[in-house]
Amino acid sequence: MTSSRHRAFSPARLVAITTNTLTELTRLKVFYFLLIFALLLIGSSIFMARVTFQQEFQILKDVSLGAMSIFTSLLAIVATARLIPQDIDDRTIYTILAKPVPRFEYVIGKLAGVLLLLAISTLVMSAMFLAVIYSREQTLLHDTMRQMTGAPREQVDDALGAIRASAFNIDIFPGIVVIYLKACLLAALTLFVSTFATTNIFTVVVMVFIYFIGHLQATARQYWLQEHAATWTTRLFLALIALIFPDLQTFNLVDDIVAGAVIPLGIFTKTAVLGAFYTTIYTLLAAFVFYGKEL
Amino acid sequence: MSRLVLALFALVVFGMIRLPVEQRLFQQHQQERLRGVEFNLDLRDQLGQLGFIAALSGFRAAVADVFFIQAHVAWENTEWGRVLLLFRQVTTLQPRAILFWDSAAWHMAWNASVAAMRDPTQPRQALRVKAQREYFALGKDFLERGIKNNPDKPQLYEALGRLYKDKYNDHARASKYYAKAAVLPGAMSYVKRFAAYELSYCEGREREAYQRLHELYEMGKNERLPTLITRLKFLENKLGIPPEQRIPDEDPLKR
Repeated sequence: MTSSRHRAFSPARLVAITTNTLTELTRLKVFYFLLIFALLLIGSSIFMARVTFQQEFQILKDVSLGAMSIFTSLLAIVATARLIPQDIDDRTIYTILAKPVPRFEYVIGKLAGVLLLLAISTLVMSAMFLAVIYSREQTLLHDTMRQMTGAPREQVDDALGAIRASAFNIDIFPGIVVIYLKACLLAALTLFVSTFATTNIFTVVVMVFIYFIGHLQATARQYWLQEHAATWTTRLFLALIALIFPDLQTFNLVDDIVAGAVIPLGIFTKTAVLGAFYTTIYTLLAAFVFYGKEL
Repeated sequence: MSRLVLALFALVVFGMIRLPVEQRLFQQHQQERLRGVEFNLDLRDQLGQLGFIAALSGFRAAVADVFFIQAHVAWENTEWGRVLLLFRQVTTLQPRAILFWDSAAWHMAWNASVAAMRDPTQPRQALRVKAQREYFALGKDFLERGIKNNPDKPQLYEALGRLYKDKYNDHARASKYYAKAAVLPGAMSYVKRFAAYELSYCEGREREAYQRLHELYEMGKNERLPTLITRLKFLENKLGIPPEQRIPDEDPLKR
């Protein structure tokens, strides 16, 4: 009889947990509801404010990217919050952990499943968003060419160039990547909260609070670092907020991208690295707390 | 439980490590004029509770769009006070969107000011003129604040130049802002010409205007537009330019 040696880390086991988690999540109705709502919002943005073509594209991009941001964040929180409690309820966690599967592998596999789901959702929403922009751009180009029949070539080219410039902006892609990174961060943080939470609802509620506080973290940090007149209790409170909560405003670059701002490569890289760093730390903390969890 | 306490402690230590990184990134964002919105009580008062929460949750641009659409509806109903209030909110939420500053200034200086002059409920012309001037000032204020937030975009300098020309009849300032727009990347091809045209109306600066218009004339056929020829002819006469140095074109006004 041959006995294979147990390995502390096995990519095959990780892939198995990841694919199972992904399959499990894609069977959830909530995933399809969220995705359908996001796609509907992105699709319907084409019918919003048609004042001039610049305003129309600005609103189209704002609404679509805003929808992508909010739905990926929601999906990250809702999908991750139920992972561990559901496995405990279904008792599948005992079947998995009874086998020689280290707990950190279980945690990483679960999170990887959510991150894959988020990547798929982001890709679907991006495809829909680009299709809406392309379709509206083509309609406007066609209308403009028809309206400007007989106009000098230079004027027609100027008008068409203005429409193309308003419609598509290559900086949108880094913006979408940052939306995805923000969702990854939220998923990892939700996983960390769910390792000590007693119910699914508790995790979601805590994450909603963290979401709002995270968007104000930068304000608290600035006040803590710059305002010396505040009392020590205020400063301590602000310091705790700044040190414990993530700065989610850092990941809201799309608002400025849509307004025409160019995001330098350095800032994009730093934001991406910070996002990856946050995700890694929260995952490690989740694994650490999960090791001590009594099942 | 002890693991949770240790994890929270690790979270604080991680916070200390990332704090300088985040702070540097924040400063870089400010240098690049990203995150131009400060979430404070002033903003809360301006936006209302719901708008503030929506803006906080990463929906800042979309909230600005909703207010913009509301401002458009208010304009259709000629509710000028509401238009002003909503555009203040829109521009506070999206200070990098040129379109919003430009639209706000246009509504104030061009639409609301005309409506104020034709206000049938105000019989005293002095008060109508006063109201009109107030709207000009509001339009100017929007453009100046827009420029402060977007100093590298030529559109707002052009709009301010246009406002000084059309509403204040201040050719020197109009020329100054057109000229500022002309040197920025992505400037419209006509602003350099407009800067020279406006200068040609300024008393005492005719020589400078003549040189600038002449430079444009020398740039070739595409620049030799009827207004340019007319202004050059006007300045040639005013400055007493010798016939051999005058441009050969016929004044379009005398054709």
